[in-house]
Amino acid sequence: MLDMLGIVLMGLGTAFFVAGTVGLLRFPDVYCRLHALTKADGMGLALICLGAACTADAWGEAVRILLIWVFVALSGATAGHLIARHARRAGTPMQEGRQ
Amino acid sequence: MTEPLLVFDLLLAGVVVAVAALTLLVRDAFAMIVAFVVFGIFVAIAFVRLAAPDVALAEAAIGTGVTGALMLRALAHLRGGSLSGKDPAPLSGPTRATTLGIDGTLAVCVTVALGIAFFGAPQAGPGIEAEVAAALPQSGVAHPVTAVLLNFRSYDTLMEIVVLLAAVIVVWQVDRGLSGASDPLTGEVYQGFARVILPVAVTVGGYLLWIGAAAPGGAFQAGAVLAAVAVLVLLSRLYTPAAAHRHLIRATFVAGTVVFAAVALGVAGAGRTAFEYPPGHAKSLILLIESALTISIAVTLGALFHGREPASPLRKETR
Repeated sequence: MLDMLGIVLMGLGTAFFVAGTVGLLRFPDVYCRLHALTKADGMGLALICLGAACTADAWGEAVRILLIWVFVALSGATAGHLIARHARRAGTPMQEGRQ
Repeated sequence: MTEPLLVFDLLLAGVVVAVAALTLLVRDAFAMIVAFVVFGIFVAIAFVRLAAPDVALAEAAIGTGVTGALMLRALAHLRGGSLSGKDPAPLSGPTRATTLGIDGTLAVCVTVALGIAFFGAPQAGPGIEAEVAAALPQSGVAHPVTAVLLNFRSYDTLMEIVVLLAAVIVVWQVDRGLSGASDPLTGEVYQGFARVILPVAVTVGGYLLWIGAAAPGGAFQAGAVLAAVAVLVLLSRLYTPAAAHRHLIRATFVAGTVVFAAVALGVAGAGRTAFEYPPGHAKSLILLIESALTISIAVTLGALFHGREPASPLRKETR
């Protein structure tokens, strides 16, 4: 039962990663791409970590997997912010909005 | 299908080769470094699939993380202090020919040496696992890789740390002679992130060091994690290297080598040769060496990333 839940969660997480990758390839400028990548992959990683924690054998393992999620999410957000700020300071243009 | 993960392994092998080709073929140096880091991650996964978690950890932490940071730092230096700067003009004329000649010769030498090592090794039959397992009880540690690195073949490990020491000495010497060198990058990373991550990263480093006696881990992996701490401390400007700390930093550079060599020579005598730890004290001696190595490796790699001796009196200031 818990294993099934884990597999479903990991499958959902993979779908988010696919969506993030499509966004990375298709979006017009670096800021949109970063947005797609950090948000979608953050969610995908959260689901995959939850799924992996569901299939873990021991409590300690599950806690460690969840800790990995917390820290990867923190560093992902910080790295995304760094890249976006660097791009902005370097003068990378933004795609104008279309109505 | 006999092996359910066979498809995954074949895909992984293909991806490793493809990313390696990409790394060599892409023209932009920044993209090249990014591809190299991606290559390292896939190689680390390949080592996990080959049931070599020690090598995977080392590849991920040192081969990919620290090396990637050092290469990005070097690229920023080449581009005049910022990654968004211009690439230096390509080499031309006799300089280009000489550089190509030296690089080509080195590449051929490395390939030939690897070929000799590969074809000179026994192609089939058991390795030395049985001998290592038989000698493990006398080594003082329960993990065979640590036993080999810190006990059976500790002379090789001592030489590795000497190489690192030589590297940082050369970097400081070269930096002294550069008049127009750009200032080291600092203060880019959000401090709040650093304050959350640093205590955890230090704990992970200590854990890797301690667990190395019984499971994959050890001085080099722990040192690489702590080096990441050093890089983060520099980038978030929580610590700025000060001239007054030069002697302490230098002492830390040599601490690993000195402690290692002192223990190795100190155990000699009374019928034992150098590097032959007395069985009763082997574990504490190995832990002592590994602790000194970890701190030395972390500070040395951090200093290599920073790339400048803090306020050296011998540095040429011409600006």
